[in-house]
Amino acid sequence: MEFNNSIPIYLQIIDSIKQDIVVGKLKSGQKMPSVRELAGILKVNPNTIQRVYQELDREKITYTKRGMGTYVTEEEKTISSLKEEISKKIILDFVEGMNKLGFSKKEMINTLKEYL
Amino acid sequence: MEQVLKTTQLSKYFYQKKALDKVDLSIEKGKIYGILGPNGGGKSTFLKIAAGLLKPSQGEIAIDNKEPGVYTKSIVSYLPETNYLYKWMKIKDALNFFKDLYTDFDVKRARKSLKFMELEEEEKVTSLSKGMMGRLKLTLALSRKAKLYLLDEPLNGIDPISREKIITSILDSYSEKASILICSHLIYYIEKLLDYVFFLSEGRIILSGNAEDLRNKRGMSIDKLFQEVF
Repeated sequence: MEFNNSIPIYLQIIDSIKQDIVVGKLKSGQKMPSVRELAGILKVNPNTIQRVYQELDREKITYTKRGMGTYVTEEEKTISSLKEEISKKIILDFVEGMNKLGFSKKEMINTLKEYL
Repeated sequence: MEQVLKTTQLSKYFYQKKALDKVDLSIEKGKIYGILGPNGGGKSTFLKIAAGLLKPSQGEIAIDNKEPGVYTKSIVSYLPETNYLYKWMKIKDALNFFKDLYTDFDVKRARKSLKFMELEEEEKVTSLSKGMMGRLKLTLALSRKAKLYLLDEPLNGIDPISREKIITSILDSYSEKASILICSHLIYYIEKLLDYVFFLSEGRIILSGNAEDLRNKRGMSIDKLFQEVF
């Protein structure tokens, strides 16, 4: 994973895990790597990963069984709302970028259509 | 949080020159810290004082609540920038040397690390390239079961492959029971390892903070921030 060091690293890892859950790369109920393993894979500070898991647990995207590890949620609802959240972000980014370029709403729709 | 190291108004003068000027910092257990700054900013002096090799001119330093001395040396593993191995040594002699010197030296861990670092025990230390030497020195320093690791410029003059290996070993040796303090001016490569950073310039700490908070607040990498500050 390539990081943009100007954005907090834990946020980037959270986004990437959410993405993986939505596209099914990480399955519901699947066990996540341990803090140490993931830190080793991504070559980041283990405390950063600790923070990632805490945050994901707080958002109920994962849950931690004491002494057993961290697992992806089995709640379909959480996963579908995650999908919504991510798509919303992509659309907002698109609209903001197009606004900056001076596109009107109609132009945006028409341009988008060309790519669909 | 348990403090492993704490300094109060720590200063060091070399004749007229102030190498450290009233430095206050503290290091907690289980975290990785970076002292970042240009060459000559006082980074190495700080580590040498913490390692018990230099005495402070003024102020205080406590490691595990003790002044630097025999006890602190037994719990602090220091990786100096200079070469300290004898010319006649083979890598296995260096291992034995460390085993004799430090009771907390874990030979098993060291052998495992040598393998990962692609170093042969029969090799002579004088025949090692700079990158290999860096890998060996790091292996020796990290194979002690210390409470505090002090690493002085572990990446200086190191090729990219050795760099990756060194970063991986630092992460592997991380433990919640120990703290790591890394001095470097090669921030780009190590910033993802750091919990907390201190910027040291002309003997003073001019900026410090949690690495993620700094990225968040300033909207830039620690490396960029460093370039902006200096």
